[in-house]
Amino acid sequence: MAKKKENVEIIKDASENAIFNKETEGLSQGQIVLRRFIRHRAAMISVVVLFTLIAVVYTALDWRIGDEEDPLIIPGWWKYGFEDMPELRYGADCINGSVGCPSLDAVPFFDGDGISIGEHPFGQDDIGRDYLALVMRGAQRSILVMFIIGAIAATLGTVIGSIAGYFRGWVDAILMRLVDFIITVPVIIIGSVIGFHFGNKGAAFLALLLGLFSWTGLSRLVRGEFLTLREREFVDASRVAGASNRRIIFKHILPNAVGVIIVSVTLLMSGAILLETALSYLGFGVTSPDVSLGLLISNYQDAFTTRPWLFWYPGLFIIVIALCINFIGDGLRDAFDPRQRRRLSRKEKANARVMQNRNEFA
Amino acid sequence: MFAYILRRLGALVVILFGASFLIYNLAAISTDPLEGLKTSTAQNREQLIAAATRELRLDLPPPLRYFLWLRGVLGIFVGNPDFGKTREQQPVIEAIANAIPTTVRLVIVATIVALVLGLALGITSALRQYSRFDYGMTFVAFLLFSLPIFWVAVLLKQYLAIDFNDFLVNAKISPPWIIGLSILTGFFWAAVISGSRRRVWMIFSIAFLANSIFLSAISASQWLAYPRLGPVAIFIFGVGIAFGVTYLSVGLSDRNAIKSNLFIALIGTILYFPAQNLLDSNRPRVGILILLVALLISAIAVSFIFARIDRGPIIRTSVITSILIGVMILIDQMMQAWRPYIESDDVNYRPVATIGQSTIWLSDISFWVRVLDFAMHLVLPTLALTLISFAGYVRFSRGTLLDVLNQDYIRTARAKGLSERTVIMRHAFRNTMIPISTIMVGDVAGIVGGAIITERVFAWQGMGTLFNKAITSFDLNLLMGVSIFLSTLAILANLIADLLYSALDPRIRVGAGK
Repeated sequence: MAKKKENVEIIKDASENAIFNKETEGLSQGQIVLRRFIRHRAAMISVVVLFTLIAVVYTALDWRIGDEEDPLIIPGWWKYGFEDMPELRYGADCINGSVGCPSLDAVPFFDGDGISIGEHPFGQDDIGRDYLALVMRGAQRSILVMFIIGAIAATLGTVIGSIAGYFRGWVDAILMRLVDFIITVPVIIIGSVIGFHFGNKGAAFLALLLGLFSWTGLSRLVRGEFLTLREREFVDASRVAGASNRRIIFKHILPNAVGVIIVSVTLLMSGAILLETALSYLGFGVTSPDVSLGLLISNYQDAFTTRPWLFWYPGLFIIVIALCINFIGDGLRDAFDPRQRRRLSRKEKANARVMQNRNEFA
Repeated sequence: MFAYILRRLGALVVILFGASFLIYNLAAISTDPLEGLKTSTAQNREQLIAAATRELRLDLPPPLRYFLWLRGVLGIFVGNPDFGKTREQQPVIEAIANAIPTTVRLVIVATIVALVLGLALGITSALRQYSRFDYGMTFVAFLLFSLPIFWVAVLLKQYLAIDFNDFLVNAKISPPWIIGLSILTGFFWAAVISGSRRRVWMIFSIAFLANSIFLSAISASQWLAYPRLGPVAIFIFGVGIAFGVTYLSVGLSDRNAIKSNLFIALIGTILYFPAQNLLDSNRPRVGILILLVALLISAIAVSFIFARIDRGPIIRTSVITSILIGVMILIDQMMQAWRPYIESDDVNYRPVATIGQSTIWLSDISFWVRVLDFAMHLVLPTLALTLISFAGYVRFSRGTLLDVLNQDYIRTARAKGLSERTVIMRHAFRNTMIPISTIMVGDVAGIVGGAIITERVFAWQGMGTLFNKAITSFDLNLLMGVSIFLSTLAILANLIADLLYSALDPRIRVGAGK
């Protein structure tokens, strides 16, 4: 009995292996990774949600390009800008005597008037600015900050990490001590010092400076990866073949380390959006008249009991963005991990068994 | 080993020097302490500026000023460190020393709660890999990763403090809530225990029924308004703890262990009565000590009586049981202070505090009321910090346990015919704890940084407040003090983590590189 069970196990293993081998036959590494990623359901949903969100957010408001006096205006799909001050809704329009309440009516049946968007779906702030426009503007800022920090940290971290890991010796020692210096000071402290004094120069500038201090973790990872990869045979082979250092780094080692880099950059980006909101909340990040999601929450947290919409919408945007990025990172990690195997569905297992049997009889 | 530690401590000094140089100059260049004065309309503006310049040595460029500051700090080697004074002329060391206990209280409780919860859920999640529970926990962990802590804090304030306090006034749980909570509990236990479909439904209905009866009883007896454990509940819970701890650590097949643990539960219940007087006396701290010592001694004595061979594990389980029972007796003591506490004028029936670290003008200053006051102020900040950091532990312990379960020694353990419980608790769990313990040490430093925001939200007077003050008032000395403290903590935590790793895992030797 036990023997039979064992046999079944072996056959099952072999047949599953056959499926995985069949699936990756004749595909390049990149194609395998892409296929694995597409199969990760949560990650794919997150990709769709995130890109839709970005598209919606960035087309919401008017774009003004060119000089102040006579700008070229590309109209957005939303009627108000974040600086417009339409009349405040109050009295009969709002229940409980609140001011600037949201007109979004997403509950179709209970009150009998169906779904309607209304004049100010997310409500209005103290001075009547349309909150949808503000949230869109804030989300634009936060996403921008996130991508700038991600891009700068990815570039710096990869370059510095690969140089340190590839050349080792005193170059490595100096670069890694520099990393130690930066890494020991909590990022929130560096961020606050920078943000407090440069926050008024706009979100992009703030993100630029923050990016200069957030590459350290990534560079350590890349260095570790390079230290192991540079000892491998294919590097020796290319060196014997006369490849230059630059060629070895960019053509041979970096493509092998790209999985680690992409995954940790996505996680870094979700950290970056939270860092920006945290700094803005402390008052050390983006400052008014510019808008960011953290700043909106910070401004209206005391209004939670009376006007909760001022608090909910920016928070929801932060969560959705960070959640999407986290799931995408998770999907990428699984896709790049060669040990990772997905679970086979029952149908696939049955197919595999049939194939196996056929092979045995053939 | 010793040489290694010395080398690391040497590196610490160098890194601290570099990091402090970096942050000092960064702060000094981007700051203008005279900004407020320059725009002021005071008559003696020029003199004020001159005075401030002299006082802060603004005539010197930042790198030179840094060395002036460093000279004071280096006094630490001759036993006379001088971190300078804050703008309010208070020595920086004093300000930080005042703030540390507050932050430590916050961080330690949050870390412990996050660790225990995170480990339990992460391990369950790994043991039920690819189940609905596993996917659910993954989603929850990612959700928590994505939450801004200040946002959560506001929600907690509203729903767990304000609304919960309102609810406590008559403490009646409405039927929809009972049913809803019971359904959730049912789902949770069904997902955790799992099995065949029939078994899942069984577990669901048992958990649902037990929970709804429990909640109805609590609601009917107004237990939440008049909380009390008493000897009966302590005995019942004690027996439960005895079985649970025995099951997890040596297995229920060990009769001697069960006997000695049950006996401990009995002794704990008996000790409850003399403990009342002891804990209510004017020296409650001594009372706590005596109670715990008595419990520990009886635990060891009982296990010596019941176990003739293989005493070690049985002593261990009895000690764990006795400590848990002791904690219950202390909680009961806090519950007895509940009514006087919430009826006092300053609390006024709103026990879950939203702001501050303690009620300043507490009229009733008995020890247990104080303790309860501290505890109630800790609830929300701890919960906020826990929610954020516990997701990391869930993910990490899940990943590590899955790794460990793939190892050869686990296969060997199973092949030897050990029970699944022994394999998981003895062979897998202990090896999972190795990386987790080192992560935890490193995390404490990170949480102190995270506490900056939490303290701000809940208006605690700790390191975070000092830091905020330092930045907004351009107080370079204070800022340097706080960041040096945090950096040192981070580096030391790293060192301790490395040493701990080598102590726990014989495969790793520190300082063996050269």
